[in-house]
Amino acid sequence: MKNIFIAFIVLTLGLLAYSTYQGLFVAPTEQTMGEVQRIFYYHVPSAWTAGVCFFVNFLASVVYLWKRNAAGDALAAASAEVGVTFCTIVLITGPIWARPVWGIWWTWDARLTTTLVLWLIYVSYLVLRRFSAGGQAQVLAAALAIFGFVDVPIVYMSIRWFRTQHPSPVMGGGENSGLDPAMLHAFFWNLVAFTCVGIVLMVLRYRLQILEEKVEATHAAAALQGDAR
Amino acid sequence: MTRATLLKDLRMEWRSKDAINSMLFFALLVVVIFSFAFNPTAEESRRIAGGLIWVAFLFAAVVALNQTWARELRNQVLDAYRVSPAPPNALFLAKALGNFLFVVVLEALMAPLFVVFYELRSVGPVWQLIVVALLGTWALVVNGTFFAALSIRTRSREIMLPLILFPVSIPALLAMVDATTSILTGEASPDFWLKMLAVYDVVFTAVCLLLFESVLNAE
Repeated sequence: MKNIFIAFIVLTLGLLAYSTYQGLFVAPTEQTMGEVQRIFYYHVPSAWTAGVCFFVNFLASVVYLWKRNAAGDALAAASAEVGVTFCTIVLITGPIWARPVWGIWWTWDARLTTTLVLWLIYVSYLVLRRFSAGGQAQVLAAALAIFGFVDVPIVYMSIRWFRTQHPSPVMGGGENSGLDPAMLHAFFWNLVAFTCVGIVLMVLRYRLQILEEKVEATHAAAALQGDAR
Repeated sequence: MTRATLLKDLRMEWRSKDAINSMLFFALLVVVIFSFAFNPTAEESRRIAGGLIWVAFLFAAVVALNQTWARELRNQVLDAYRVSPAPPNALFLAKALGNFLFVVVLEALMAPLFVVFYELRSVGPVWQLIVVALLGTWALVVNGTFFAALSIRTRSREIMLPLILFPVSIPALLAMVDATTSILTGEASPDFWLKMLAVYDVVFTAVCLLLFESVLNAE
């Protein structure tokens, strides 16, 4: 099992190297946006990976509430942290691209706002985990995870209505109505590579979480036996 | 069970008036501070009042929500609920209804003040505002009661509630503010937002009822 995982890490690194090369050197430069368009190869795969992580978080939370297994909770914790990381990357790379292309850093458009709210929800999830202790922390966190996940489509719907009523001046400049095949190639490999990075990070964080819980349990057992080391 | 708990909470509140007094005073302070901060004319205030009103009520509601479960912690009342055969959702509904009544009373008392301080005059029909208030208050209170039950189990519980409640409440708040603004200015139809609030209420009431038992029994 361990060997398979190491092989997977190596594969991920290879994929990442290949996709970075494709994105930075092979894919053609975009006509109107220029070099800055290349951030697209990192921005969208990060968003996708964050989405995958949050979905895993939701599934793991449901499984935890149902089966009450430590694995479900550890996976939920791991996926939320990795998801927030990738979501942060999305929120940082987005404005970097938007500034030269749209002329502004930020607009309260449906997708941007939904991503921001998503980020807020999962940060509050991490805060809740940090501030609650013991066995109940896991139940509380799992409950909040389900609330957060249910909230996302509602947020998207409401913001879309909110903003499409008042058309914003920067609606143009959106990407791909038909992507160049070379761009699609680079984009696809970045998507695969980022997903693999997300999986690697989640697995590592998951194992760390399990180890942490074991250490805590050992300490608790030692304290119970009056074994003050 | 729901009725017994609800009546008990209402009676306690009637005698002490803790929650309603602190909420009222808090909301009053917010109103005064906002009017200093913005100093609006009648036309402007019609545009921004939706936001002001709901932000004030949201903050004030948090004050009451934080006290929801606090009094049940004393003398291990919550543990007694847990071992009693009464259905947990009955307890939850009683708490949510109690909070709903407190916040609605607060809104009824505060609404005239907003009219006086901000020279509000609604262009759209006033009865729609009442519908928005009822749907919106339930949206805040049902999640707030649930999240108060979460935050009571954490360290620094008073600060925890807004941290976890506000992100999830963003769509409800947006719907309330926009519905109120479109009624006050009479420029747009609030129908979409009313439907949206109704959907939000139904969805999250269901989620709360589904999950409350696990949260109450969380060890």
